Amino acid sequence: MQKRQFLRTLLATALIGSATFSLTAQADALANAQKNGVLRVAVPQDFPPFGTVGPDMKPRGYDIDVANLIGRELKLKVEIIPVSSTNRIPYLSTGKADLVISSLGKNPDREKVIDFSIAYAPFFNGIFGPSDAAIKTAADTAGKSVGVTRGSVEDLEFSKIAPSTATIKRFEDNNATISAYLSGQVQLIATGNVVAAAVNERTKIRRLDTKFLIKNSPCYVGVNKGEAALLAKVNEVIAKLKANGELNQVSQRWLLAPLPAGL
Amino acid sequence: MAYVFDFSSVLEYREVLIDGTLKTLTLTAIGTVFGLALGILGAVSRAWKLAPFDRIFTVYVELIRNTPFLVQLFFIFFGLPSLGVQINEWQAAILAMVINLGAYSTEIIRAGIEATPKGQIEAAQSLAMNRAQIFRHVVLPPALLKVWPSICSQVVIVMLGSSVCSQIAAEELTFAANFIQSRNFRAFETYFVVTAMYFVLAIAIRQVMIQAGQRLIARRVK
Repeated sequence: MQKRQFLRTLLATALIGSATFSLTAQADALANAQKNGVLRVAVPQDFPPFGTVGPDMKPRGYDIDVANLIGRELKLKVEIIPVSSTNRIPYLSTGKADLVISSLGKNPDREKVIDFSIAYAPFFNGIFGPSDAAIKTAADTAGKSVGVTRGSVEDLEFSKIAPSTATIKRFEDNNATISAYLSGQVQLIATGNVVAAAVNERTKIRRLDTKFLIKNSPCYVGVNKGEAALLAKVNEVIAKLKANGELNQVSQRWLLAPLPAGL
Repeated sequence: MAYVFDFSSVLEYREVLIDGTLKTLTLTAIGTVFGLALGILGAVSRAWKLAPFDRIFTVYVELIRNTPFLVQLFFIFFGLPSLGVQINEWQAAILAMVINLGAYSTEIIRAGIEATPKGQIEAAQSLAMNRAQIFRHVVLPPALLKVWPSICSQVVIVMLGSSVCSQIAAEELTFAANFIQSRNFRAFETYFVVTAMYFVLAIAIRQVMIQAGQRLIARRVK
């Protein structure tokens, strides 16, 4: 008898629990945030230059700047929640955060779980080289030496589109690829824009300018499914920040490059 | 825990493997010829105290034998361009191998030269031979013959060490292996095949070196 009672209680608790859970998930996050005056944003803490912990122990980076700009536009106080790349979506779907601004790329699996805003940050693999190299397409790399990190996405993708006369030199790791470029052993390199930004920040020997994109997967703000009001507002703010040049300033600050035109 | 081997994914890339093998052999051949030549020069300079070369070779030998090959290679490939000397990955690889084998063979051959009995040199002097003639005809051949097994081993070590050149994108056999396993994700099979290839290469090179020793040196000594 007692056992049955226990089971019943358990079942009831579970039911109530799931009811409350679905309530949170379906509530209007924008209205909630406005009521509390706080916008909770999940940001990375271990992924420079998008989000790191600064010398003052506070999170800083591209994503944090964007979070603060969105908060300013919505006239809400921003609560920064540092997350890792594995738990950033769970934070959103369990209602612990209103927005995920955590260098999140879009893919079909994620689109089943959450909704995405318009793109707010560039994230791509491309060919980089000195500013005076006239290279705009893969065909222009004919006769040039291009350093890549062996087995990387850039290696696999560029190997498919490279002209036969381009010499692809495959190095063991990103460091060797970058050293080869900086010491002039290769004329161009294929790498990610974030890597190129980090290199440009640390050395002035040979700058890395974007020549063309190989694979583009920009970052989007993630919101929960069914939060149409919040999503519309975020999109409106991002569009405004792009138009008034403030997002470009963020890009210059953290990626040391202007926003790509197509973003 | 049964692992299913799939060698077909490696054989797909056999041209890459063959190309890598040829390049490893070329590197080794050029490295051996010039490295041994450098070693003979170094050995005679040090054994006969030919100033100022004996001092120079002493510094060189200590420097090379007390630093890792990989660091020497990086120094040449990434370092020299900063000084305005532009060399490609093959020139860097060959240079590093020659310099490396040169230092080790200096010491090996010096041991052989110093083991020459004094009486032989004195006998040659009494025949009015000059120093160059004595070295070429009386000292060097028996000296090389004495240390030839060590030289064979050192050449095999240098050949195996050339695998490090894959780090500067020289497309030799290890580069081929890394390249293949980054495409087919069959690391076990790929390295299985390449390990076997290195093994066969090492045995073959040792045999060739032993034969070369007998043809070129042993005949002259007798």
